[in-house]
Amino acid sequence: MRIALFITCVNDTLYPRTGQAVVRLLRRLGHEVVFPESQTCCGQMHYNTGYRREAQKLAVRFVETFADADAVLAPSGSCAAMVRDNYPRLGEAGSRLDRAVSELAPRVYDLSELLVDVLGVTDVGAYFPHTVTYHPTCHGLRLLKLGERPYRLLSNVRGIDLRELEGSAECCGFGGTFAMKNADVSAAMGGDKARHVAATGAEVLCAVDNSCLMHIGGTLKRQRAGVRTAHLAEILASTEQEPARI
Amino acid sequence: MSPEHRTDRRTGGDRSSAGRAAGHATFMGMPPFPEAAKSATGDSQLRHNLRKATHTIRDKRAGVVGELDDWSDLRAAGKAIKDRTLRHLDGYLEQLEEAVTAAGGRVHWAADADEANEIVTGLVLATGESDVVKVKSMATQEIELNEALAQAGITAYETDLAELIVQLSDDLPSHILVPAIHRNRAEIRDIFRDRMASWGVPAPDALSDDPRALAEAARVHLRERFLSTRVAISGANFAVADTGTMVVLESEGNGRMCLTLPETLISVVGIEKIVPTWADLEVFLQLLPRSSTGERMNPYTSTWSGVTPGDGPQEFHLVLLDNGRSDVLADEVGRQALRCIRCSACLNICPVYERTGGHAYGSVYPGPIGAILTPQLRGTASETEASLPYASSLCGACYEVCPVAIDIPEVLVHLREEVASSGGHRAEKAAMGAAGWVLDGERRLGAVQRATSAVRSLLPRRMPGPASAWTDTRDIPDIPAESFRSWWRREGAAGDGDGGAGEERDGREGGRR
Repeated sequence: MRIALFITCVNDTLYPRTGQAVVRLLRRLGHEVVFPESQTCCGQMHYNTGYRREAQKLAVRFVETFADADAVLAPSGSCAAMVRDNYPRLGEAGSRLDRAVSELAPRVYDLSELLVDVLGVTDVGAYFPHTVTYHPTCHGLRLLKLGERPYRLLSNVRGIDLRELEGSAECCGFGGTFAMKNADVSAAMGGDKARHVAATGAEVLCAVDNSCLMHIGGTLKRQRAGVRTAHLAEILASTEQEPARI
Repeated sequence: MSPEHRTDRRTGGDRSSAGRAAGHATFMGMPPFPEAAKSATGDSQLRHNLRKATHTIRDKRAGVVGELDDWSDLRAAGKAIKDRTLRHLDGYLEQLEEAVTAAGGRVHWAADADEANEIVTGLVLATGESDVVKVKSMATQEIELNEALAQAGITAYETDLAELIVQLSDDLPSHILVPAIHRNRAEIRDIFRDRMASWGVPAPDALSDDPRALAEAARVHLRERFLSTRVAISGANFAVADTGTMVVLESEGNGRMCLTLPETLISVVGIEKIVPTWADLEVFLQLLPRSSTGERMNPYTSTWSGVTPGDGPQEFHLVLLDNGRSDVLADEVGRQALRCIRCSACLNICPVYERTGGHAYGSVYPGPIGAILTPQLRGTASETEASLPYASSLCGACYEVCPVAIDIPEVLVHLREEVASSGGHRAEKAAMGAAGWVLDGERRLGAVQRATSAVRSLLPRRMPGPASAWTDTRDIPDIPAESFRSWWRREGAAGDGDGGAGEERDGREGGRR
C-alpha cells in the first residue's frame, strides 16, 4: 500500500527519529511511504487555544496536501484526532473545506489503527528486549478510541516485558498550551503520572503521542528518574538486526 | 491548611462577633484560575483530601454505571429530552406556571439574581419570620441568597450536612454535590466543636472524628431547627411541566424535613430544570444518582405539586430564575451546558479539579461544568471568568462521564475563541500569529527548524521569560541535529528506509550537553 506520512510539526522538528522509525517499519512490512513536502502542521495548537482562523488556514493546507492520498498516517494520536474530530467543525456546512474534510478525514489514521485496521497486522516482527509501560494518551483513548490496538501490537513484540501503568487513563497534564497557561496544575498532573511510571519499574515509557511524552519525559528527566521515552513506532521498528537505541 | 486566597477571603473579620448571620464568604474578587490553582496545588493536605474523595466517588460511579447494559441509551435519552425541552422552553415554562398555579402554588419570575433575592426576601418578610431552613440548592448559592437574606435580618440555616459544615466554618462550597469535599473528618470535628454553639445546639464536649459521631452531632444540632422553623427554602432537581411537580433528590432526609415540616415553602429553580412530563423522570432518576453519588437510587426523592390541604406546607412559592440562562440558550454551541443536571461526575473525574479543588474556579459551579457555565452566565469580560475556559487540558474525561453528553471540551474551545477574539492578550496573539505564519509555509518551517538545530547546544536547561513556565518543572527535549523533512530530503526519499544513521546522530551526538 502507498501511505502518505503526515509527520506532524512536533515530530518533524523535535522527534525525527519517530518519523524514521515509521518509514523503516512500513517499508519492512512491504509498503511504500511518501512524504508530501508541502505539509506543515494540523493546527491543533491554534484550534485548542481559540485561534480558529489560523487553524482553518492550516486545515486547508492539510486537505490540499493530502487530497490524493489512499491513506494518511499521522504518528500522533492528537493530530489524527484533530483532523477526524475537529476539522469537521472548522468549515461552514457545505463549504469547500467541509466537503474536502468529510472526504479525507476517514482515511487519516494513527499508527496503531493503520497497522491493525488497514494493514491487518498485529505482529510486525519487532524485537525490543526491554521493560516497557504504555500510557494511552487522552486523544488516542477518548477521541480515536484506540482501545486494545497499541497493547496488541506491543504484546507481540519479542523480548518485551510489558508493565501495567496505574491510573493509565488519567491525563498526563500536557494539554498543549495548557502546560504553559496552567503550568502549576500541569506540573502537578505530570508529577503524579511520572510517579506512576516510575513505580512500574519500566525502563521505557511508550505512547502514540510525542507531545505527551515530551511532557512526562521532561518531568522524569528533571527528577533524574532514568526512564526513557519512545514512540510506539520506535519499538515496533526495532529488530534483532537493527535494534532501537534505547 | 487552607490556601492563602481562601483564608484571606474567609477571615476578613472576627467571626464570633460577626454573629450567626455572618455568611460573608463569597466568590467575589477571586483571582484568575492559574493564580488560585498555584496555592491549591501546593497544599498537600487539600490534595490528599481531594484525591481520596474524588477517587472514591469516581470508582463508585464507574461500578454502578458499568452494571447497566443500557447506559448509553439512557444517556442519549437524557440528552434528547433536555434538548427538546430547551428548544421549546418558552412553552414549557408557561405550562409549568399554569400547572403550579392550578395546584395552589404561586409562580414568580426572576430575570436575575437581584430580582430573585428581592422576591424571596419579600416573601419571607411577609410571613413575619426571621429564620429559614434551607435544602441544599445550587440556584440559591448562585444568587447568594443567604447574604441577601442576612441583609434583611433573616438568618438562613443550611441543613445539608456538607452545606452545614461550609456555613459553620464561614467557608465556600468547593463541589456541587459535596460542598465540603475539601475537608477531612478531623477538620470537620474541629469545625463542629468550635462553631456549632454559636449557631444553635452545641456539639458534645468529647466529639470524636468518627463519621457516626459527627453525623449524630449534626442530627441533634439540626433537629431542633427543623421543629421550630416555619419557612423553608429549596431548589429543585427537576420541575415537571405537565403536572407542576417539583422534585428533590437527596441522601440525608434533611431535605425531606424542610420540605414537609414548615408552613411556607419557597423554591428557587433555574428555568432549565424543566422536564416536560412525569414519565421523563424515569430517565433522570436513573441517570442522576448513579452519576452523582454512585448509588443505584438515592435514599430520598421528594415530589410535591402546589399545596395539599392538611399535608405539608400550606403556602408554596416557585421562583423561576433566569440569571443569564437565556443568553446561554442563545449560543448554539454553548447551550448544551443547560442540559446539566448538577451530578458532579465531571468534577470527580477531572484531573484538574482533583488537584485544585473547587475554590480555584471562583464560582459555586466548579470543575469542568463550572469552567463552561460560569463564563457563559457571567460573560468573559473579567480576568477570572476569562481564565476558566483554559482551566482544562481537554483530556475529554468529563464528556465521557457526563450523563447528558455535554461535550465540555467543545464548549471550552468555543469559549476560548470568544476570549481570544476579545481585546488584550497581545503577547499571545502575536505568538500565535507568528506561529501561524511560520506553519503556513513549508520553507519557513524548514528555516526555523534549521535555525533551532543550529543553536541547540546553546539552549539553557532553564529558560527565562514565558518559557520558564515549561522549564521550571520539566527538562526540554534534546533538539535533533536535523528535522525529519531535512533527513527525508537527504536520504529518506532514497527508499532504503534506513534511518539508523540519522537516529544515532539524534540520540547520541545531538542535544544539549
